[in-house]
Amino acid sequence: MLALDRVGKTYPNGVHALERFSAEIRPGEIVAIIGGSGCGKSTLLRAIAGLDRASTGTVTLDDVTITAPHAKIGIIFQEPRLLPWLSVADNIGFGLTDLPAAARREKVARALARVGLADKAKAWPRELSGGQAQRVAIARALVPQPEVLLLDEPFSALDAFTRRDLQDHLLDLWNDTRPTLVLVTHDVDEAVVLADRVLVMRPRPGRLFEAIRINLARPRDRTSPLFENFKRHVLTSLDRSLDRNVPDADPKTMAGEAMWW
Amino acid sequence: MAMTVELPALERTDAITPPASPARLRRYARPALGLLLPVGLALFWEVWVWLGYSNGRLVPPPTKIFATVMELAKSGELSRHITATVTRVAAGFGLGVVAGTILGAISGYWGLARQLLDPTVQALRAIPSIAWVPLFILWLGIFETSKVALIAVGVFFPVYLGVMGAILSVDRKIVEVGRIFRLSGPAMIRRILLPAVLPAYVVALRVGLGLGWMFVVAAEFMGASEGLGYLLIDGQQLGKPAQIVAAIVIFAILGKTTDWLIELASAPLLRWQDAFGRQSGAA
Repeated sequence: MLALDRVGKTYPNGVHALERFSAEIRPGEIVAIIGGSGCGKSTLLRAIAGLDRASTGTVTLDDVTITAPHAKIGIIFQEPRLLPWLSVADNIGFGLTDLPAAARREKVARALARVGLADKAKAWPRELSGGQAQRVAIARALVPQPEVLLLDEPFSALDAFTRRDLQDHLLDLWNDTRPTLVLVTHDVDEAVVLADRVLVMRPRPGRLFEAIRINLARPRDRTSPLFENFKRHVLTSLDRSLDRNVPDADPKTMAGEAMWW
Repeated sequence: MAMTVELPALERTDAITPPASPARLRRYARPALGLLLPVGLALFWEVWVWLGYSNGRLVPPPTKIFATVMELAKSGELSRHITATVTRVAAGFGLGVVAGTILGAISGYWGLARQLLDPTVQALRAIPSIAWVPLFILWLGIFETSKVALIAVGVFFPVYLGVMGAILSVDRKIVEVGRIFRLSGPAMIRRILLPAVLPAYVVALRVGLGLGWMFVVAAEFMGASEGLGYLLIDGQQLGKPAQIVAAIVIFAILGKTTDWLIELASAPLLRWQDAFGRQSGAA
């Protein structure tokens, strides 16, 4: 169980990014966090990852408080962040150094086949397309078998077709070991197609606005009326979250926030 | 990214003749094209002097320079001078690289050290290095030590700046990947920082080596009894332009060869680089 207890974050420059965010996420659950600019959703994800510490409140995974990166928590960023000096296979095996070489090779080979890039094992990251690179990043994060996988707008830099492919692919991979997925996105479609629960946040300071349960069987048909209904629900919730507190164009706050996106 | 990879293929389809032969032609034509101008000029001058339009006393023709080189080589003089110069450059380069790498790494990695150290180093850098010559001679004597010290000073600054700048510009996002996989300090340095810094480091070494060759001449001007710099001074004082040009040519060959050696040694470590120059150079 991943538990967020009144997590808050104020940056040293005074930006109040996140306030008293609480949620409990079951093992194997897929949660999408959605909200307008500056609602602290990336801040929240970085706190769960242990990359930044929360100013107040705690993040716990199975009663262990997270203050630094944890072996059971993986993350996929908006950019693939592959190491350019390692081959695709070595990138995927980057986090497996404590395994003997043979076991590592086998795991990497299986992961490569699983994301459909077996023929790219020896390629350099620069030789991959954006979608392929992000698939390598997914494989790299999944190969140590994390209990929780965090995704920070993982598909937002890809074109619409590739994005849809990768969303389906992610669900397929998730089905192998069923880790908890916490996905930050600003794409309503993506949230509704992937998540069991959509957490809508409101900005300045970031707070939980509404939790919407998506009771749709998988695989989900993106064109069904029910799907449309949930989408509309999330959209109206987003609108209301912003209407009450329309983001003012304070350049100082914006600049501070931009760093964390 | 894909563009640069596909470029050679595109060029090839443009050719009307079968693809293999123009590609091979281009591989040999490129260096040949570069040789055209110097070889042409040398040939022209040779013929010009041979025809008697110039006596070639101040600007000796290539055959005369070649004869001078052969003469020096036969008497064993040449290898003695080359050994002296190469030894000085090697010692000075080695010292400069070690000092520059260590201090540059400390300044790049550790903010407090940078604030303490960097202003002083930058101030020293502003001094023309030749200005150290009298002081070095007073401190270290006229012989080898002062010469090596001067070369080391010349090599130190580009290496120091290159290492520090490279460490400071390592992408925070890549470092975060290391943090996510919970790398220890030494592992972070070995698996993330070193490979990230390597391309800039190789450039710094090459710049440093170039300056090392520059400074060895200055060092050998200040009272040497052997070395290529001595050959230059000797040629000037005894009015032997062929000897001066011969020494210059040997400097060029040695400088280019050592630079090429660094490039060759680092190439396997930098194969991953997505550099434009590399792509078009390989085509």
